Amino acid sequence: MPVKTGTPSPSRRTAAEHAPIAAARSAVPHRATPGGATVIEFRGVEKRYDVGAVGLDQATFSIERGEWVFLVGSTGSGKSTVMRLLIKELEPTAGAIRVAGKDLAEITHKRVPYYRRNIGVVFQDFKLLPNRTVHDNVAYALQVTGGTRKEIRAKVPDILRLTGLSTKLHNYPDQLSGGEQQRVAIARAFVNHPPLLLADEPTGNLDPETSIGIMQLLYRINRAGTTVLIATHDNAMVDKMRRRVIELSHGRIVRDEATGLYVRDESTREFAVRMRDGLPESPPTVEQR
Amino acid sequence: MKVGFFLREAVRALRRNAAPSFAALATILLTMLVVGVFIPIVQATTGAANDVRKRVLVDVYLVRGATQADVARVRQTLAQMSDVKRVEFVSKQQAYAQQSKQDPAAFALLGSNPLPDTFRVTPKNPDDVLTIAAQLAPTSSGGRATPVDRAIDSVNTKRDDTKKILEVTRFVKLMAATLAALLIAASIFLIANTIRLSLYARRREVEVMKLVGATDWFIRWPFVIEGIVVGAFGTLLAILLLAIGKIAIIDPLASDFTLIAAPSTMPFTALIVVMMAAGIAISAIGSGLSLRRFLRI
Repeated sequence: MPVKTGTPSPSRRTAAEHAPIAAARSAVPHRATPGGATVIEFRGVEKRYDVGAVGLDQATFSIERGEWVFLVGSTGSGKSTVMRLLIKELEPTAGAIRVAGKDLAEITHKRVPYYRRNIGVVFQDFKLLPNRTVHDNVAYALQVTGGTRKEIRAKVPDILRLTGLSTKLHNYPDQLSGGEQQRVAIARAFVNHPPLLLADEPTGNLDPETSIGIMQLLYRINRAGTTVLIATHDNAMVDKMRRRVIELSHGRIVRDEATGLYVRDESTREFAVRMRDGLPESPPTVEQR
Repeated sequence: MKVGFFLREAVRALRRNAAPSFAALATILLTMLVVGVFIPIVQATTGAANDVRKRVLVDVYLVRGATQADVARVRQTLAQMSDVKRVEFVSKQQAYAQQSKQDPAAFALLGSNPLPDTFRVTPKNPDDVLTIAAQLAPTSSGGRATPVDRAIDSVNTKRDDTKKILEVTRFVKLMAATLAALLIAASIFLIANTIRLSLYARRREVEVMKLVGATDWFIRWPFVIEGIVVGAFGTLLAILLLAIGKIAIIDPLASDFTLIAAPSTMPFTALIVVMMAAGIAISAIGSGLSLRRFLRI
């Protein structure tokens, strides 16, 4: 976990007023923690699609263990390309990507599934298996790795309790709200306790209040030590979170800064309260548990 | 391999995707039914055509005064020809006995035996009949056939009839083979397409499985098992219907008409085995192969 000695716990008011750009402009591209390992490293990565479009151009950055990083930029700026490169759905045209010290180019096609088991992935459209219950959707991630029934019985209810889905165990995805479906997706992504969690527009389909619930959940996971990389274009959310932001534009990194008012040791509840601040028209909590 | 898990997955998929599974099942049932009816028909037709072709012979009539030595020499000549499969000698006495049995009154009138010694030559391939005849009695420049041996009086192939028989039977066989090929191709395409459609509906599911870190075969086995189940079940239903048809319709007729009981058709058990193997193989391999496209993520 990066140690940042900034304002320890700012009042909600000041927090809301602090836009990331106004905040301390950290020139350090990545905040290396002493003894912390680099989880993601992009070195001059370039991705050109067959049609000639540029997905990513000379991207270089690294993310340390336990970090929380936002990837922002308008549609087509290359956020999803970064995500798809990280799960090895795409191959870079040039440059090298290392995840947990391993060069992705060295992973053979056959080994890709095993590699993916170390990464939790959450998508905007949830990507749940439609003909499985909530429980079975989460259990599938364990079954894939050869998890035994005993393991499934032990882990699945736990993670569903954590994500607040204990009562929806036997529901099918189409019987759930968007927020609930995204919680299932997060539960599935996290059930193996991967060291890295990728979220591609996790709140893109959700209303602000539900989004906060999802972010809160991701925050809880991050606090447990998992590195979290979130692609989003929800600027209000990013501004409030005050975390490291990498901005992409036309495939180039135009900004990489750790916004100053980084809050450590904030409880999930405090976090939610702060996030909800400046959201005056917020309806009575539905997702919030 | 976790057989139990894959089996449960396959059964779950079949239950949750009842409509596409039923479509695949119905397709296999129908195609197998048609194939099951058609295979014996093609076989019977081909068998009948071959039967007719076997009757095509070359009759070699010897001169009236042929001696024992002449007979032996001609037999030798015939046996040495490469296209000849079998040579049967019918002596004038035998021929007389046979013919007079058919029409005793006519032969009683004749008094003496007008029939010559005859060789019945069966060719290896019915198509060679005319070649054999031409070799034995090449047509000279005058247009008259001159036998190669002075003991041979004439060579008879019933030229026009033979030609007609060969042409017609060749056409029948060709038609049967073409129809069989078309039918089998159509069946494979139909089954493959149905499987493809049902997989296409579930391609997102496959994509999700890949993203969660499932290996290709972890995803594929349930689909293959599903294919085996659907293929086996569809074929089984087809066989049941065929058996009912055979018992109810063909068997009672078979005692009345010898044509239907043509010896050249496949026994029913063999037909069942072939159909079962084909049904399961096409459906299982089809599922496994069609999935490849969706596994490339």
